[in-house]
Formats: sequence, C-alpha cells, structure tokens
Amino acid sequence: MQHDYFPRYEPKTAVGRWFDDRLPLTRLMYDSFVAYPVPRNLNYFYTFGGILSIMLVVQIVTGVVLAMHYVPHEDFAFDSIEHIMRNVNYGWLLRYIHSNGASMFFLAVYIHIFRGLYFGSYKAPREILWILGVVIFLLMMATAFMGYVLPWGQMSFWGATVITNLFSAIPLVGESVVTWLWGGFAVGQPTLNRFYSLHYLLPFMIAGVVALHVWALHVTGQTNPTGIEVKSKQDVVPFTPHATIKDAFAMTLFLILFAWFVFYLPNYLGHADNYQKADPLVTPAHIVPEWYLLPFYAILRAVPSKLFGVVLMFGSIAVLFILPWLDTSRVRSANYRPLYRQFFWIFVVVCIGLGYLGAKPAEGGYVVAARILTIYYFAHFFLILPLLGLFENPRPRPASIADSVLGPADQPSGAPAAAGGVAAPETRG
Amino acid sequence: MHNALIRLLAAILLVLPLASLSYAADDESGTPHYPKNKPRHVSWSFAGPFGTFDPQQLQRGLQVYREACAACHSLGYVAFRTLASESGPHLSADAVRALASEYIIEDPDAPEGERPGRASDVFPDAPPYPDANPPDLSVITKARTVERGFPTFIFDIFTQYQETGPDYLYSLLTGYQDPPDDVEVPDGNYYNPYFVSGTALAMPPPLFEEAIAYAQNADDNPNNDVPETVDQYAKDVTAFLMWTAEPHMTDRKSLGLAVMIFLIVLAGLVYYTKKKVWAEAH
Repeated sequence: MQHDYFPRYEPKTAVGRWFDDRLPLTRLMYDSFVAYPVPRNLNYFYTFGGILSIMLVVQIVTGVVLAMHYVPHEDFAFDSIEHIMRNVNYGWLLRYIHSNGASMFFLAVYIHIFRGLYFGSYKAPREILWILGVVIFLLMMATAFMGYVLPWGQMSFWGATVITNLFSAIPLVGESVVTWLWGGFAVGQPTLNRFYSLHYLLPFMIAGVVALHVWALHVTGQTNPTGIEVKSKQDVVPFTPHATIKDAFAMTLFLILFAWFVFYLPNYLGHADNYQKADPLVTPAHIVPEWYLLPFYAILRAVPSKLFGVVLMFGSIAVLFILPWLDTSRVRSANYRPLYRQFFWIFVVVCIGLGYLGAKPAEGGYVVAARILTIYYFAHFFLILPLLGLFENPRPRPASIADSVLGPADQPSGAPAAAGGVAAPETRG
Repeated sequence: MHNALIRLLAAILLVLPLASLSYAADDESGTPHYPKNKPRHVSWSFAGPFGTFDPQQLQRGLQVYREACAACHSLGYVAFRTLASESGPHLSADAVRALASEYIIEDPDAPEGERPGRASDVFPDAPPYPDANPPDLSVITKARTVERGFPTFIFDIFTQYQETGPDYLYSLLTGYQDPPDDVEVPDGNYYNPYFVSGTALAMPPPLFEEAIAYAQNADDNPNNDVPETVDQYAKDVTAFLMWTAEPHMTDRKSLGLAVMIFLIVLAGLVYYTKKKVWAEAH
C-alpha cells in the first residue's frame, strides 16, 4: 500500500546501507511487517491470517521430520506410523501435532473465510486477493486428503478409493483418468507413492500462493469491520507493535485450543477405522472423510447422478471464485447490511448442517435434508446475493474508520446524520 | 417486512431438514443399527487429564492377554522391552528377559532359523486361525469405537472423554449373554448386544470366572488381592491393551499440563502487553 503514514526503513549502519543498495530484503520486511499501516478497528476475527501462517509453518516443520521416519509402502506405511508412535523420540508428539494440526488449520481457515464473507473482504479492489485465498483453500483440501491416505489405514485406503473414483464420472475418459490417477487398476502402491510425493510438494505450493496472497493484501490494504477504506493517518496504526502483539495474543489462545486436542484428545477428530491396517477386501461400514470435508461430501451424496454430484461438489467451491461478481451490493460490511447479515448467519448454519449430514449415512431423510441444504447453498450465491444488493437498504456508515472508533469528529459538515446509531456496531470489535 | 420474510425463510430452512431427519430416525427401524447396547462406562485410572496407568493392573492384564487372548490374537507392535516402562507395566529387566525367552522367534540368522526371544523382539504372531482373522490387539482400543451421537460428542471435547474404545472392549468382553427369543444367532457365532457390527460375533466368550489365577494373589500379602472374576479380568486386559495402544500416554498428559500452564501464563503476559500497546489507540 502506498502511504506515508509511518516512517519507512532507514538503514542505520554502513553495512545496512551496503546491503540495502544491493538487496533491499530488510527494507521489504520492515515496510511489510513494521511500518505497514493497519486499520485501527480490526477485531479478533482479523487475526486468523497470522494464525494460518503459523499453522502452515507448524505443519511443514512437523511434516518434514515425520517424513524422515515414514515409509511410503503399502506393506510398511502403517507399521512405520506405529514405529513413529512408539519408538521415535517424541514421535507421538510430532504425529499428533501434525494430524490435529490439519484440523486446526481448517478450523482457522473456515473462520478466516467466513470473516471475509461477513465483512465483504472479496469486493473490489480485493478480488485477486480473494481468488488467491480460494486457490489456497483448494490446495489445502488436496494436501489434507492425500496426507490422510498416508497412514494406510482402512479409512485412508477407502477414502482414497471413493475420492479418486469420483473422476470416473467424467464422460468418455473417466475410467482411463482413474486408472491413470491410481497408477494401476485399484488404489495401491503406485497411488500411495505419488500421494506421498504430492503431499510433500503441495504445502510448498501453498506457501508460494500465500506469499502472493500477502503481496496482494499489502497492495490493497486490509479491509476492516466498517468496510470503509483507510483515508488518513487517523485511521491506521503501525503493524508493529499493534497488529503484531494482537496477533500474538490470538495465536497463543489458538495454541491453547490446539494443545487441548494434541495432549488430551489426540484421536478425537480422527476415525477409529484408521487404526486398522488397510484391507482391500474389507469395506468399512461407513466411509467418511475428515470433518473439514464433510459439507462437500454431503453435497456430493445429495445428488442422485454421480456426474452431477461431482460437478456440484466442485461447483460449491468454484462458486467462491466468482463471488466478487455475484454480490451486487456496494456496501462491504454486513454490519451495515441488515438483510445480508441475517442471510449470512443462515448460510453459516446451512454449512454446519451440511457438515453434520455429511457424517450421516446417505439414506432416507438425511438425503432429503442434504438436498434442501444443497439447494440453499447455491441459492445463497446465485439468488440471494445478487438480489440483496438491489433490494437492500444499507444503513448509514461512519465517515471514516477513526470516526467509528473515536466517535465522530466535531465537524458539522460531512458528519453523517445517523452517526449516533452507527457507532453501535463498531463497538463489537 | 423484510425481516419477517427472512425469519420465515430461516424457519422453513430449519424445520424442513429437521422434519426429514425425524423421518430418517423413523426409517432406522427398518435398517438395524449396532451396537444394540451402548458401551458401559468404567472409571479407568488412565482417564482424564491426570490419568495414569496402574502397573499392577497392567501386569494382571498382560497375564490375562497371555492366558486368554494370545492363542488367537497377536500383539505385533509391542516390544518386550517396553514392558519395563515405568509408566507402563513396569516389569524388572530380568522379568522382561525371562518373559521374552519363553517365546520362540523366527530369525533367519539363527542356526535353526529360530531362537528364544530377546527383550528387543516384539510379541510373535499368534498361530494362524482357521476360517477367521482375529485382529492384532496392539492398537485395538483405538481401532474400535461406538458413535457418541449429538450432542454428546460435543460435550466430550470439554470433558476430555477419550475412552470409547476401552469402554467398548470391556462391555464386549463382559457382554456375552443368551440371545432373546426374537434373535437368531448363526452357527458358530455368539450373541452379544454390545458388539459394534451385528448381534453376534465369531469370537467365543474368552473369559470365565476364576479361570485365571492372578500371580499377585499368590503372594503372602492379602491386601493386594483382587477378585478373579470376568469383570475384573475384562477391566485388567482392557487397561493393558489401552497401554499397548498408547504407551506414551502418561508422558503425553504430563507434558500437556506443562504446555498448558506455559501457554496460559504466556497468554496473560501477551494480553497485558497488548493492552498497554493499544492503550492510546482506542
């Protein structure tokens, strides 16, 4: 973001100047994470970007060490996991951090995404920023899915079978595509080996897209609960120390939750079936993905046609790519959109409901319920969001971010008439 | 008026799936769901944030495993040396060596192709069983569970209830009974309403009253005597199998306490720092 709110980097030593003239890396870091201006009214929902970057680092570090002990072979993968759990020093800790870390990563990313939906963070000029985020989300899902296959337990094997089989729904070439994905005629050694390779590769691709995501963020600047752009120095605080310390506090709280699962409920979020070695001859009673993929699984199974189910499942994520153009309202923050705010919360409940149904067997009333919620899911994007922007009367917004925090400045002209009423939603931050 | 419309829509959205769910619940009378009985809760020494294993119980459980389970079930991930673990069965080094040497280990490098076991070996495979595949028991308490249902599964996060596996195993071992009149049990199967995937299972009841004479009851000290009942055997062998599934549990929970205390203190310090930094900004 172009600004002159806070002093930029000034090398203080001769070495610093020498370095800065040749590779201004310190300058980049300083200007991005120290002098960078942050809206002063960000609430704690805006700390999840920082939490997510920490989670990515945690996953990569634990994953790299786990990879030193793991054996990607259909006969030894399960045994090597037990070897890690029993014989590797603190192997149990590494593995439980890594497996629960995936869940925490998704918990954080869902809060991050819903925060973006609530405050309209995807609207111009932040479309690219948002789309990069959706790309990260897709990469995360692929990474998590392939990682879940690696222990080569029953749910690993059968989950891999179900998900790779989805591609057989592609007309004409579906079967060939699936054989190509498997590297054979069933999920087996070649599948495990390539999933391992990709599971190691994708996190670094995520890291790359995260860098673009942060770059795009630093070009446009952050949104904030008012949805009003930064207008003056009054509206912002420097990233360090303000955002740094606030992020650090949120991260510590998040780590407490994380530790609660790692140390006391390490298997709560997993499936018991995955402590049984993969057996191609025995199908588990219910094949269910990890909790964070359940809403999409529910959409997949809600449709009687396999091809259409796959299309809708991928469509439920693809729709996020065009979201910036589906929402016709020019007001960003749901705080000033009385109708959208209610539809937002309905949408949250619908997503949780889909998650619940994804865990249930696809029979009887569960399917009916999943169909209703699936239809609503898409109606939210294709009907409600476009129409709301046309019919909704947004509430008046404060004149500036500073006004919303500090109260309106004493200027008779330009102060919104309803300023008193507007101040209320801001106090929530 | 808008609000009224939205409320109506929200109500319909909530009611419709709920209605179809209740229809689903009715539907379930058609397809039977197992287990018939929810697992019974046992108050385990290893439950909760401060839970630990009772070495004496694990030693008894090891004895039950060896005398009642080992004929069919392997324990292929458990090394004899780990039986000396202080937070586990806590056998002496000599006892571990003696126990290991009772087993014959296949070893291509040994003169005869096999040799007596050493502390570094794992329990050898159980002899093959005709027409069935009894599972390895090393992680069985983590590999079996019974769905907790809504909303119990949410409360479990706060109560740290992690013992569905052990509760299930204990209930299964003590749950064999005569079938009710309306249940037909196939030949070679045994009725058990706690079994997770049917009304009957192929495993015959493995435990009988007074079938195992506990070593610890044989000493001169009457204070440490335990009843030799199916109930006690089931508890002891389940505790032992919980330890084999999670041999570092005690380390995990005690490290967890230190981590929690550290994080909570850190959170407090960071919070007050944050307050100070932001004091002028608000």
